[in-house]
Amino acid sequence: MTNIPETGRTPRVQTRLVVIQILVFSLLLTLGGRLWYLQIRNGKEYTDEAKNNHVQQVVQPAVRGSILDARGVPLADNETRLVVSASRTELMRMKDDGKAVLTRLAGVLAMKPEDVINKIRLCDAKTPKPCWNGSPYQPIPVTDEATTQQALQIRERAEDFPGITAEPTAVRRYPAPGESRTSQVLGYLSPVTDQEIEKAKDGDSPYLRSDQVGRSGLERTYDKELRGKAGVTRYEVDNLGRVIGQAQSDPAVPGSNVVTSIDARVQAVAEWELHNAMVEARKTFDKNTNENYKADAGAVVVMEARTGRVVAMASQPDYDPNAWVGGISAKDYAALTGKNSNFPLLNRAIQGQAAPGSIFKVIPTTAAVNAGYEFNGRYPCPSSYSIGNQVFKNFESQGHGNITLGQALEVSCDTVYYALAHQQWQKDGGMKPKKDAKDWFYKTAHQFGLGATTGIDLPNEVSGRVPDRKWKQTFWEANKDYWCKIGKRGGSYVEQLSYENCLEGNLMRAGDSVNYSIGQGDTLVTPIQMATIYAAISNGGTLWNPSVGKAVVSPDGKTVTEIKPQAHGKLPMNAKTQSLIEEALAGVATRGTAAWRFGGWPQDKIPMHAKTGTAEVYGKQTTSWFATYTKDYAIVMTISQGGTGSGASGPAVRNIYDALYGLDDAGNQDLKRALLPKPQAALPKIAADGSIDAPTVKPYDPEAQKADPAKDGTAALAGPPAATWRRD
Amino acid sequence: MTAPHGFSVSRYAPERSTLARLTARDSVLRRLDWPILLSALALSLIGSLLVWSATRGRTSLNQGDPYYFLFRHLLNTGIGVALMIGTIWLGHRTLRGAVPVLYGLSIVLILAVLTPLGATINGAHAWIVIGGGFSLQPSEFVKITIILVAAMLLAAKVDAGDQIHPDHGTVAKALVLAALPMGIVMLMPDLGSVMVMIVIVLGVLLASGASNRWILGLIGAGVLGAVLVTALGMLDEYQINRFAAFANPDLDPSGVGYNTNQARIAIGSGGRFGAGLFNGSQTTGQFVPEQQTDFVFTVAGEELGFVGAGLILVLLGVILWRACRIARSSTELYGTIVAAGIVSWFAFQSFENIGMTLGIMPVAGLPLPFVSYGGSSMFAVWVAIGLLQSIRVQRPMTA
Repeated sequence: MTNIPETGRTPRVQTRLVVIQILVFSLLLTLGGRLWYLQIRNGKEYTDEAKNNHVQQVVQPAVRGSILDARGVPLADNETRLVVSASRTELMRMKDDGKAVLTRLAGVLAMKPEDVINKIRLCDAKTPKPCWNGSPYQPIPVTDEATTQQALQIRERAEDFPGITAEPTAVRRYPAPGESRTSQVLGYLSPVTDQEIEKAKDGDSPYLRSDQVGRSGLERTYDKELRGKAGVTRYEVDNLGRVIGQAQSDPAVPGSNVVTSIDARVQAVAEWELHNAMVEARKTFDKNTNENYKADAGAVVVMEARTGRVVAMASQPDYDPNAWVGGISAKDYAALTGKNSNFPLLNRAIQGQAAPGSIFKVIPTTAAVNAGYEFNGRYPCPSSYSIGNQVFKNFESQGHGNITLGQALEVSCDTVYYALAHQQWQKDGGMKPKKDAKDWFYKTAHQFGLGATTGIDLPNEVSGRVPDRKWKQTFWEANKDYWCKIGKRGGSYVEQLSYENCLEGNLMRAGDSVNYSIGQGDTLVTPIQMATIYAAISNGGTLWNPSVGKAVVSPDGKTVTEIKPQAHGKLPMNAKTQSLIEEALAGVATRGTAAWRFGGWPQDKIPMHAKTGTAEVYGKQTTSWFATYTKDYAIVMTISQGGTGSGASGPAVRNIYDALYGLDDAGNQDLKRALLPKPQAALPKIAADGSIDAPTVKPYDPEAQKADPAKDGTAALAGPPAATWRRD
Repeated sequence: MTAPHGFSVSRYAPERSTLARLTARDSVLRRLDWPILLSALALSLIGSLLVWSATRGRTSLNQGDPYYFLFRHLLNTGIGVALMIGTIWLGHRTLRGAVPVLYGLSIVLILAVLTPLGATINGAHAWIVIGGGFSLQPSEFVKITIILVAAMLLAAKVDAGDQIHPDHGTVAKALVLAALPMGIVMLMPDLGSVMVMIVIVLGVLLASGASNRWILGLIGAGVLGAVLVTALGMLDEYQINRFAAFANPDLDPSGVGYNTNQARIAIGSGGRFGAGLFNGSQTTGQFVPEQQTDFVFTVAGEELGFVGAGLILVLLGVILWRACRIARSSTELYGTIVAAGIVSWFAFQSFENIGMTLGIMPVAGLPLPFVSYGGSSMFAVWVAIGLLQSIRVQRPMTA
């Protein structure tokens, strides 16, 4: 300013005007700086956020692949059902959050309005089931069991049901061919959770919001193969979720089919027989507890002896896997997982562990041979064995004089094993073990694969336990505080035991070794472990990883990926020992503890080998074990609180063999009736269009196996042999 | 009717042609502050594009016509320019005489808002619905009235040569006259406008040369008032929420924080050059509420990027720079005070408006001068431009 007029602006005003100007431009600079910060410095971050904001995915679910049995019979497939779904986004836009519409819908579907409303509420930490834990943008299924009538009502009165759709949709189905549920082996699906989406986000198989995920069993193991790839269309949406443009579209790829080694017919037999054996056991009086056997749980495994493939696997109690389809109801969920449910979700064939009792004896027999004892040497079998003032009884409480290891196995003589185990224990240094302690009996158990999972292709297999020195030490460290607290010298059984454990529970005592040698004490095994071992004895010593999946077949049938059986070890025995053990086990089936269950068995045509086991469990009734094999199959059955090995499990196992080989109970073979006289080697035929033709499966008829008395008068057998043979 | 001061061209050769008269060295057109005028026009036109982009998809607002808001914004700009010309033609000195009338009219209008004639939009009972889709927001005009009434009082004795600086009595009188309409606007409650008015009063007092004690006293009273209002719970919850959410939008991400968060995403995602007009996903998807009015800056941020949004800041800067110059070069204190008042008004309102979209100021319902859609605001800012031009036109040709 060159010319400042005199009026109006004193220096004070002039200064203040400059102050105002400076203030004003500081404000503008602040804005400019902040603008730079948001747009240039952090622009990328906000661009990503804007993208998340306006792109919504709509998912067309991929049809999940089927799970087939060895002949192509579907164990899990899909059916088209009328699914009524509610769009949450649309309902929430209504004044009453869609309450009126849902109430009307409940009327049509004959459901309670609150049940419908609960189904579409979103899950969070505070919301109990049922609730929806998928994406809120996805239509939420209200029912998948709508009748055509109901679907028509909803469609015809569309104006009354805004946001509600009724459409035919592929829904998982477990058809139970021949009434074989195969529950725990198949597993179940449930919607993917937020955490899983987050975890799998960057992997090669990320989850989509709508995905159902296999939660257990084969559905879980082969989830990736079965799932396929959902089709995703990405839409650009506005703030109300209205579509303003289509961004990208990937079509859905259906999942592959998984062929298993399960034979639905054999599975049906195994399930029926296991269940029936438990029912029969509950009718049997237990003299030790003065009440009938509880037979609260059981499992059976039918395995191909030469491959480790599982032909049938049943676990009781079981459940109908269809309960999970379309979201499990609160009532069903409680029945499957509640305190009083007895946990039917557990697959006791791979997750149930118990002391094996005498079916364990093949292991100490092998251990003794490996430790240098002659198989055919003579070993005393007194009625009891004493260490100091402790007396260990032969469970038959009967002496057999001096017998070979084979005979000890055959008559299940405990005292022979007691003595050998005790000698080895002393040799290894007793309570103060030598540095190079051989621990033959424990080492051999590990070599047989005990104390470790078998590697079956089913999730959550447990490893059982070999109570060796190492385990004793860890276990003692974990429990000594508790034992020392409750232990009391000369108190009750538990108090006295705790007292002793507190003092020296970390040490391998003579009694521990002796108890262990007959599969008692702290020894734990699973049915699948024992099946693997007995199959290995049958096949010449290979410990196969048991497997259920046999092949993955692409949906068009063009790519077939076979799942080859894999081995995890060899039995630590030479051919001679093996044949001697086999001979002894055949003796069990023909002369020994299992003979009364194999009356009329064609031993010359189909050599049967067996070992019975009756394990003691403190505070409970005895566990029944029955381990058997032929050249083709190994079958192991167990019933918790079920009684003796041959008594409770024997008839069931015999019936399963009869069904496999087409035998009647007099031993006459009819190959036309035989379900699977040889293991199914070939995969099912796959048609050019990828479809797999499946034979129909009829339910198991236990009566059909009874011998025709008119044809064969010698049928059915003598009752059980002398009582001494029954306790094993 | 005698020609008003502004068009005193008659003292030169009256026989000259209109064109010659308009382009003569001393003509009004030559004497206008063109940078201000062009910047204001540019802002209004940019505004029309931004408003268009923000509203072409909002069918619930534009009655199915994507050009509805574009045309209305251009129409408002046209009316605004006409009001500016009228203001220049009348001259700020003429208006000085009409201030008592304008003041009375303003009071009547804002009182009318409080009667059943008034309407509530976005929580503020600040509107008079005229009908036919038109509504009036009298508080926009009250800003001008306050500037004019305070300037008239404060400059009267100084410009008459009786005083060097306004005396305490005059300042007190000016404050009382300014406080009356502010109090009424506060009742609406239109807190944003009250904030702007307080800043206007501060600017006016500063420029008037009033004693420092008044300035400091007023700032102190403002702080004390804010503390009291908060402490006594005189603010509604939505006002407190609005305030809290600017500092931390995560506090209430689906409520108030939603606006600020979405606004920030929109601006941030624009980057250097923006997504291009009509291509912003935040804008097209209508994620930012009130985007054609209070949050119009987010459209610029997202679709025109740092370059476009920066241009708006530059244009505002040009107007404010030139307005400061006008304040400094006015021959009378009256003109200085009016110009300084307008500078305070534009600067603070722009800062608050843009600042809230950038997340550095609390959310308040204030339009961005020239850019935001809204008739009352557009008319008021163009009248203000007219006043600035009039002050410049009427000073001697020495600058």
